[in-house]
Amino acid sequence: MLEIDTNLLESKLPGFSNRFGKDVLTVSDHRGDLTIEIQPSVLRDALMFLKATLRFEILMDVFAMDYSKFDPPTRERFAVIYNLYSVSQQRRVRLKVFLNEDKPEIESVHDVYASANWFEREAWDLFGIVFKGHPHLVRILCHHDFEGHPLRKDYPSDGYQRLKSASPAAGI
Amino acid sequence: MIDTPIITTRRSSGTDKNSDKFLQLNVGPSHPATHGTLRILVKLEGEMIRDMKLEIGYLHRCFEKMAETHSWNQVIPFTDRLNYVSAMMNNVGYVMAVEKLLGIQVTKRCQRIRVIVAELSRIIDHLVCIGANAVDLGALTCFWYFFRERENIYDLFEAACGARLTTSYTRVGGLLADLPEGWTSWCRKVIDNLPRTLDDVEGLLTGNRIWIDRTRGIGVISQERAIDYGFTGPCLRATGNAYDVRKAHPYYDYDQFDFKVITENAGDTYARYLVRMAEMRESIKIIRQALDNLPEGDVNVNDWAITLPPKEQVYNSIEGLMAHFKLIMHGIRPPKGEVYSYSEAANGELGFFVCSDEQGRPYRVRVRPPCFAIYQAFPEMCIGQTVSDAVATLGSLNIVAGELDR
Repeated sequence: MLEIDTNLLESKLPGFSNRFGKDVLTVSDHRGDLTIEIQPSVLRDALMFLKATLRFEILMDVFAMDYSKFDPPTRERFAVIYNLYSVSQQRRVRLKVFLNEDKPEIESVHDVYASANWFEREAWDLFGIVFKGHPHLVRILCHHDFEGHPLRKDYPSDGYQRLKSASPAAGI
Repeated sequence: MIDTPIITTRRSSGTDKNSDKFLQLNVGPSHPATHGTLRILVKLEGEMIRDMKLEIGYLHRCFEKMAETHSWNQVIPFTDRLNYVSAMMNNVGYVMAVEKLLGIQVTKRCQRIRVIVAELSRIIDHLVCIGANAVDLGALTCFWYFFRERENIYDLFEAACGARLTTSYTRVGGLLADLPEGWTSWCRKVIDNLPRTLDDVEGLLTGNRIWIDRTRGIGVISQERAIDYGFTGPCLRATGNAYDVRKAHPYYDYDQFDFKVITENAGDTYARYLVRMAEMRESIKIIRQALDNLPEGDVNVNDWAITLPPKEQVYNSIEGLMAHFKLIMHGIRPPKGEVYSYSEAANGELGFFVCSDEQGRPYRVRVRPPCFAIYQAFPEMCIGQTVSDAVATLGSLNIVAGELDR
């Protein structure tokens, strides 16, 4: 496992390691992309801290990864990645949390960043990641009758499904 | 088919005592005003929108899943179909991400050509957005004026890469081909004609009483909310924030070009129109400078593990033949790692997150579509206004379903 580079973390995000130091698992700077891997339990707090104190105002993207076919094996099968951007300081940071295969669950951050709402729905739709506390966690890209989570590595790329009902999703 | 009408209405049958007041209206997924397959459900009180719900995904084509089953270069044609109005920018954005993963820099000539085609695409995208927005509000003339210019630019693209809409012009480490002879002077002629058309349309719209009445104060979003929703591009700049990837994180020497970032403060449909209009003029400035300073030389990096060797070498040397065979059969193998790369597309920050496991195919390609974040805010921008205002707002957000649903 990589040694945590606290100097790198402190120089890029002052105060972050003080607050979440023991929950930071790895820090990397590959090709200039600052990536911090943290424990899922503190993710919500970390995002709130980054937004309020370090002024990362935009949550650019939330998406999931399935590392089940990756070599070398990662610590857990699933990961959720949060891309943050600070408009005022023009810099970026990427937070990454690994989630257990049997219970891929994490706190929703839709009330911290409004943009998270749909991105979390998408991660649920395509990977089956459960965002606890999300107000409307239903499929967004796939049809509402679709079974399974197509972007998981064990879902075949030619896994077509017959449409069971042509009726659109329920109304307001 | 009479039994599946485009627009259906029914009285809502809720239990609350005001339920008779509301009419539930379904717009889309195939409706002329949506310019794509978007389904919108609105709850109306008279003509006022009291609630709105969106359903997307009608154009989902599993881009990210398909990318995992193809080689790195074979993904490029899929990227054309994201924002199909400005395919060149998606091509550029994607290969930028792969090149960042590989840790290579493309040649100066290649960078400049990519800047030129990307800015031409930005112009096309804004032309389509404003033209279609004006059509929705009953102004057909601007649409024809703009589409004439759009055709001229598509002719340029056709000469460069053989295709008009789905260009697939870039390759990892370079381009499909260098520009043909005479292309630059032709391009100059096309962009020299553009300001006149822009003047014409500005004359028709900017001071037009009807246009102003229909767009000013319509679909307003504050800067704070826009940032919270993850707005980027013209929609964010129309709220007064000057974030532009080209200035904030210059790639391809954008810092050496002389151009302004256009901002407006109102955050309404009219402001978005003004921003797009002025941005086209800035793009023309950038293209002129890039054409003036177009260096000679190769367009592909000189690394046969990434770009194809010249045909001369393939036919006459064993090394060339082997490199060609290896690249065609096995593809590029970027080192293990994950990167996020971003560029300023016509709608905002277009991000690509790519992950390689050295197997010759992407382990994961993730697109960050600018529309997706913007469209989320659509109900908030429309509630309290009329249905016809929602049409004006939707047009000005430039939602492209190909990019939204992927």
